[in-house]
Amino acid sequence: MSDTMGLIRKRGRALVGQRLFLPLFALFLVLIVNVIKTPAFFNISIQNGVLYGYIIDIINRSSELVILAVGMTLVIATGGIDISVGAVSALSAAVCVRLLGSSYDAYATPMILAIFVALIIGMIGGAFNGLLVSRLRIQAMVATLILFTAGRGVAQLISAREIGGKMVPGQIIYVRMESFKGIGGFLPKVIVPTPVFIAAAVVLIFYLVLTRTALGLYIKTVGINSRAGRLVGINSTFIIFLSYALCGLTAAMAGVISSSRIYSSDANNIGLYMELDAILAVALGGNSMAGGKFSLAGSVIGAITIQALTTSLYAMGVTADQLPVYKAIVVILIVSIQSEELKRWITARGGKKA
Amino acid sequence: MNLIEQAKRKVSGSNFLLVVTIVMFAIMYLAGIIIYSRQGFGNMQTFMNMLIDNAGLIIVASGMTVVIITGGIDISVGSMVGLSCMMLAYMMEIKGMKASSAIVIVLIFGTLFGTVQGWLISYLKIQPFIVTLAGMFFARGLTAMISVDQIAILSNQTFLDMANKNIYLPFGAIVNKRGIKLFPFIHPSVVIALVTLAVIWYVLKYTKFGRSVFAIGGSEQSALLMGLNVRKVKMSAYVLNGFLSALGGFVFCLNTTSGFVEQARGFEMEAIASTVIGGTLLTGGVGTVVGSFFGVLIKAIIETYIRSNGTLSSWWNKIVLSLLLCFFIVLQSVFAAIRRRRS
Repeated sequence: MSDTMGLIRKRGRALVGQRLFLPLFALFLVLIVNVIKTPAFFNISIQNGVLYGYIIDIINRSSELVILAVGMTLVIATGGIDISVGAVSALSAAVCVRLLGSSYDAYATPMILAIFVALIIGMIGGAFNGLLVSRLRIQAMVATLILFTAGRGVAQLISAREIGGKMVPGQIIYVRMESFKGIGGFLPKVIVPTPVFIAAAVVLIFYLVLTRTALGLYIKTVGINSRAGRLVGINSTFIIFLSYALCGLTAAMAGVISSSRIYSSDANNIGLYMELDAILAVALGGNSMAGGKFSLAGSVIGAITIQALTTSLYAMGVTADQLPVYKAIVVILIVSIQSEELKRWITARGGKKA
Repeated sequence: MNLIEQAKRKVSGSNFLLVVTIVMFAIMYLAGIIIYSRQGFGNMQTFMNMLIDNAGLIIVASGMTVVIITGGIDISVGSMVGLSCMMLAYMMEIKGMKASSAIVIVLIFGTLFGTVQGWLISYLKIQPFIVTLAGMFFARGLTAMISVDQIAILSNQTFLDMANKNIYLPFGAIVNKRGIKLFPFIHPSVVIALVTLAVIWYVLKYTKFGRSVFAIGGSEQSALLMGLNVRKVKMSAYVLNGFLSALGGFVFCLNTTSGFVEQARGFEMEAIASTVIGGTLLTGGVGTVVGSFFGVLIKAIIETYIRSNGTLSSWWNKIVLSLLLCFFIVLQSVFAAIRRRRS
């Protein structure tokens, strides 16, 4: 009898100890609550030739967050953080839309080129962060705070429109061409939203690069002990720099998708609070905030969970401005659970009892 | 010869950055007087206006200085300032509470907020940026929960008197066109800010707590071996900062006399920038609140430039301040590299 109990306890502990337990459990919890509230939650139908349903909506909406979480995972794995991703998203979106122009007949710049430039801008933003953190050894928080504050300001300056013969910054510029909507919407005759494909591709590419090359191992090494990494011959400065640059690139991708969804650039709102969501996704994914080992799959599941949570909170009548309260509480709970100090404290108490 | 040596030694090291800041302030101020003389930049009142406009920032930057000296960071202060304003506006305008009780409640809330953050950081050893990032979003969201609409403080006469009372200074008068002597004035908010600054300066320099803060920032390990209660001191720094950000919020509210969700967005950046520009090292262990005060003044001068210019858009405020912060942290890091090479 006690043997079976022991076995169950052992198995249970092994299950809880799994890396992906926390993110999957959280996702499960959010989904269960949703199913109870809306029985039609898992229904998927085809309307107007495209897939339609709650689940589809959550997966679609979580695309940007999934992409961002991938970049953020790398940065956090090196022991840093990037709070400028929302601002970089807004900046890239502004660049992309400004280049495309708002003519009804043709793009001012070919779409591929505009997106390419936007991605490069995002990468430059990330590289700037990376330079400050890796070469100048500035705290990641403060280094990325610069773009966090200035990024939206620059985006506003770029979002200028001619009003009464004068270029006025801080405007919302609309793209009038239909084909631009394809990035954030649907491609002709495809029933799955385009952002899902982009997100899947990004995750796949990063996964392959991180597992098939030594990059993933290098990042882990740098995150666990960058000095030791340097001693065994890893160029930790470059690895850190590269993670920030890649994070900027993912932020730019998210920005372009967001702007395509609303076919305009809104420097105030694109990527707003995204940095918190991305960090939350990584934390929820079971990754340590102190850097080191990381799991891309965990972050992806974390991102989808966050989006599911956001959608459910919206459904409960919570406004966009109030959402951060709940998310902040979740972040603190997760990092508290991860805290070694708390674990030690609990085991010390348990030890006393026994 | 000996004197020069002495001066050199005094300026070297951590003081160097403070000297750069003060020289920069002097140059910028003189340049302002020359370029914008027609807008009255040289008047004593312009300078006093800088103090009035930035009274809240002076207080918040003082708290930030203490936290950064311990080697930590707090980016929740901007949201805390916004939340304090909203709480004051809500309690006085909607609930009709007395000004004094509303202010006390805000200060207590700020202290509690700081206590929770400090506990998570020092006792659970969670990185300060994660905790205060969550705190930043938490406080901002709470502001939206109180009210999504702007609440202007119009009915509470005590509060408005406090906000608008002019305290005339006995010096620096100018004579206007009609021949009337105009003395420069400040508001009570400036008095609160300068008193706070002086108290924090004294605490950091002459009390056990202040010395412990420097010791921990210099090297936590050594401080621990020295027998200092590192956790308690670290936590106290965040508690103090929570209180000061609420106090700063109250003073900020004296200027704006209203509460709205977007208020003081980016304020944390201004506080950190002022502190860093003032010569406080981000790695901890080095810094003064006097430097942070000059940091605030430099930020104020940039703002006054941009306002006097008129044609520049307000987005430039944030961009220029970010660039300045960038310049100073690069300077810090170059300085640190030189010192490392020397030793």
